[in-house]
Order: sequence, then C-alpha cells, then structure tokens
Amino acid sequence: MSATTTEPAARNAAFAGVLQRQGAAVVLVLGLAASWFAFPHFGTADNLRSLVLQGSFLAVIALGMTFVIISGGIDLSVGSNYALGGVLAAYGAQYGLVVAILLPLAVCSLIGLVNGVLIARTGMAPFIVTLASLLFARGLLLALTSEGATTYKVDPGSAFLWLGQGTIFGIGVPVYLTLVLFALGGLLLRRTRFGQSVFAIGGAEQSALLMGLPVARTKISLYTLSGALAGFAGVLTAAYLQSGVTVIGVGTELDAISVVVIGGTLLTGGAGTIIGTLVGVLLRTLIQNVINQIGTLDSNYQTVVSGAFLLVVVVIQRLLARSRTR
Amino acid sequence: MSSATLTKTPDRAKVTAWLQNYGVYLAVVVLLLFNIVFTENFLSAANFRTQLVQAAPVCIVALGMALVIGTEGIDLSVGSVMSIAAALIPLYLGAGPLMAIVVAVIAGVVSGLFSGYLVAYLGIQPIIATLALLVGGRGLALVIAHGQLVQLHNQDFLELGTGDFLGVPIMVIVAGVLAVLAGLVVQRTTFGRHLVAVGGNRAASTLAGLPVKRVLISVYVISGALAAVAGVLATSRLAASDPSDVGLLMELSAITAVVVGGTPLTGGRVRVLGTVFGALLMQLVQATLIKHNLPDSTAQMVQAAIIVVAVYVARERSSR
Repeated sequence: MSATTTEPAARNAAFAGVLQRQGAAVVLVLGLAASWFAFPHFGTADNLRSLVLQGSFLAVIALGMTFVIISGGIDLSVGSNYALGGVLAAYGAQYGLVVAILLPLAVCSLIGLVNGVLIARTGMAPFIVTLASLLFARGLLLALTSEGATTYKVDPGSAFLWLGQGTIFGIGVPVYLTLVLFALGGLLLRRTRFGQSVFAIGGAEQSALLMGLPVARTKISLYTLSGALAGFAGVLTAAYLQSGVTVIGVGTELDAISVVVIGGTLLTGGAGTIIGTLVGVLLRTLIQNVINQIGTLDSNYQTVVSGAFLLVVVVIQRLLARSRTR
Repeated sequence: MSSATLTKTPDRAKVTAWLQNYGVYLAVVVLLLFNIVFTENFLSAANFRTQLVQAAPVCIVALGMALVIGTEGIDLSVGSVMSIAAALIPLYLGAGPLMAIVVAVIAGVVSGLFSGYLVAYLGIQPIIATLALLVGGRGLALVIAHGQLVQLHNQDFLELGTGDFLGVPIMVIVAGVLAVLAGLVVQRTTFGRHLVAVGGNRAASTLAGLPVKRVLISVYVISGALAAVAGVLATSRLAASDPSDVGLLMELSAITAVVVGGTPLTGGRVRVLGTVFGALLMQLVQATLIKHNLPDSTAQMVQAAIIVVAVYVARERSSR
C-alpha cells in the first residue's frame, strides 16, 4: 500500500477498482472461514445445504433487480410480486403443475410490463411507479385471499412440490434452478445486444437514445423480466412451503437492492455483475445464518446488521469511487 | 397524431397546469361533497374531528418529506424513525412526558443528521442512504423495546393524542402550527430560498456559493425530527408504544401526500399547503372506502392509482 512505485496514484486506483469489484467476495470468504471455526454446527453439510437453499429464493429476485439497477432504474414492487406469485402458485396448484407455474408468471410479468410501459413511455420516475405497483400487487394479493384470511394449501401429493422440496445429489432443486437462471442471465447481459443496451442506458440514457438503441423497448423488457423473476421466486417458495403465504415479501425489495449493491453493482447504473449479486446473496444469507448460530442474539439484530452492512458497503464503494477518479 | 395534438396542446397544457396547481384542493372538495351526500353520519363535528386527528401524523411527516423532496431528495426512513421514537417513550416516561418527548425528538434529529451526512458529505444517493435506516431503524427500535408492545398509563402524556385545547384536538393544533412554520420557512426565509435553489439546480447553487451541504443536511434533520414528533403523537393516541407497527409504510403515505399536493419529485419547488391537503386527501380516501365497507385491499389499489395519476399530471407540467 505504501506509495513507493513510480505511479502510486494509478496503482492505488487500480487497487481500489479491484476492491470495489471483488470486496464482497473477499468478505464472503473471510466470513465463511471465520464462521467455520467459530461455530461447530456451521460447517455441517446440513447447515450449508440449508444456507444455499435459503439464499436461492432471494437470489432469483435479485437477478432481475440487478438488470434493472444496471439500467439506472429500481424496482420496489418485487417484494409484493414475490408474495403475489406465491399465492397464485399455491392457488393454481389445484389445477395442475402447468397452471401453478404459468399463472403467477403471467400475472407478475403483466405487472412488470405495466411498470415498464409507464416508466419508458411517460418518463415517470421508476421508484414512484414501482412504489405504486408495490401497493397494487399487495392489494391484489389481499383481495385474492379474502383480506389475508385464506391460505391456499398445496395438495401434499402434488408434483408441483418437487420444485421447492425436491433434491438432486442432496442439494435442493431451487438451488439448481437459481444457478441455471444466473447462467442464462449472465449470457443475456454479456453476450447479447440486449445486454449491451442495458449497460448503455444505465451509463448515459441520452447517448443510448442518440445511438439509436431501443431504449423504451429495453426498459419495458427489463421491468417485465424483473416482475417475472419475482413471481418465479414466489412459485419456488410456495412449492417449498406447501402453501401461499400472504405475509412474506414485506421489505424483500430492500433485501434485493441491498444484495445487488453489496455485490458491486452501482446504483447510478451502467456497471455491475451477475456474479457479484450471487456473492451478495450468499453474504446476506451468511449473516442471517451466523445470527441464528449465535442463538442468544435478539433476532431483531438481523435487520440492524443488514442495514449497517448495506451502509458500510455503500460508503466504502463511494470512497473507493472517489479515490479512483482522483 | 402529432399535428392533431399540436393544435390541442395549449388547452391541454392549461388544463394540466391547472390540475397540478389546484387538483388536490378540487379532489378534497369533491370527496367531501361526495361523503356529505352519500355517507351516513359523515356531516358531524365528531367525524370531522376524527378525520383531522387521523390525518395529523401523515401531515406532519409529509411536511418534512416535502422539504426533502424540494431538494430533489427522498427520505425513506421516516416510518422507522417513528418506530424508534415510539420505542424510546416508555423508557423515559418515568422522568416525565417532557423528558420522553425530548429524547424521542433528539433521536429523530440524530437519525436525520445521519442520513443528511451521508447525502450531503459523502454524496450517497438519498434513496440508499435512507434505505439503510429504513431497514436497520425498525430493527433498532425493536431491539430497544425487546420486540414488545408497552401499554402507557401516564395521563399527561396521553393528553397529547386524545386531549383538546380550546375545543380543538391537540394533535391537530400541533400539525397546524408545524404546517404554518413550514410555510413560513419555505416562503419567507433565506434557508427556504436556498432549499428551492439547491433542488432546482444543485451545480449552479454550488457555483453561486450557496451553503449546499448545510441545506441538504438540514432538510434531513427537519424530516427526522418531524417523523419523531409524529411517532410521539401516534404513540400517545394509541396509548401504547408499538414499534413493530407504528409508521409502517409511512414513507409511502408521506411521499404520496407530497406528490399529490403538487411538489414535483424533481425538486426545485415546495408546496406546503398542497402537502397538507395531500395528507387530508389520503385520509379522506381511506375513510370513504372504509365507510362504504370496501376492504383494505381495495384501499391499497386505489392509493396506487392515485399515486400514478398524480405523478403523471406532475410529469406533464415539468416536461412541457
């Protein structure tokens, strides 16, 4: 770190850049190692299996959020969409596997589509539009469940449950599905024109427009994708819990934004990675797990730690960004 | 399409501008008339009291939010600050109501300093700076309260939420006084002019030598303090400290009241009276739906629609 090289400023800036991109991964590795030694039960196969399974639901939601944030937007409706998707899946399960998957995907994509159209065609602020649909989706969910009094249970014999409860080589099906979605997401972001447009819009929307990129269409697709992924996370959760739980998803949008930001994606848009988001999710799940391992700690500390952690990461990101531009 | 709309544009622009300036007052009047005609037992002093008292906390929080939005910021932490204030009340009520209130408001000021510092000095986006406090703040409140609801019996303190002064509920007086103060600050003080300038064009304000950072930090402090006041009043009215529930989704209600009241999210303009009426409108909408037996779910969807329409109207104006 001592500035003795010929170009210390450049070296420091490069170092800051690496830290900004890989900082979460470093913290994750250190955290895993420390937890491994500190808690006897942490390293057990059971605990690690449940850790990745718990993380998979949030990861699916955060994948869509990563796309939206890279484009310079934000989607606050994902928590409500997630809960709505779960309720629709549990309701649809009585009509068979296909309905259980397609019904929530259709409704949640539609909500995302409306978000996208309002944002892209009228120029309204993303956060206010998706704030409105946060309320709308939660209202729809309450209407569907007679004000939250009805819980749709999935028939125990239903093939649908395999999606959430099944295992392959001992690891839960949602984990595999999450990995497949992230692989596809990575390809979409890095190897397609669509992905290039997302980065271009987030970097400088005006330039993207002047370059003739399909800005409106890309934005509409993004929010539709985010809605669909949130709905799909709801499907997985419903299959895992065997029912559509109406009270989940409150504040999930904040968790999703946190893990995306922790993973190194800039909220100002234009830069970010899918892998970073995965690291962010694991870090968030690790923190939860550790708090559970400590056991005696008030469970409310979980949100305090989450908030503090988000803040620390954002402040560090900000300071590093400053040192790079200097 | 374009030629047809071109000829109509002046009319449409006029209507939109009028709606943006006076729409919220019109909406309140229409809703009042509707209720007077169609809602049983609406036209009574007791009912008007209830409506005003219930609108007071949202109104107080929305005043602070309006100042923050005026600087092109946003404060998502208001609900959590209310819960922190609520959690602190029972701890200090033993030393008297005044002590409890002062501690709660100081907690609000500290929260505001915290968000304001992040926004003004570290240059972190307001939505993220206040998001961290939204997530962590309620957890902190629950930790302080050990996750418990505490019944309050201190009569002097409960007087705040239930009592009258010269026949007017104290909560309404507090909200009214704060609204007048906010109006004076925006219209009559240098700080108010700076605030609007910073929201209108931050770069220019910096170049012009305005105390941009101090203005930014101040609006978050005001917003935090007002949220704490709302938390104190809500706690007093409930006769219980309930940090898990007080102020839940308050950021949404407050932002809606501000936007419906004609303050654009893009900053550079603050409409205090509009904000007060925005809060009244949200309360009236809710009361109307409840009195006509429409469920909570419908109320939420209606609120969503109001947000979209209000922002859409505001957008027409700003993009003209």
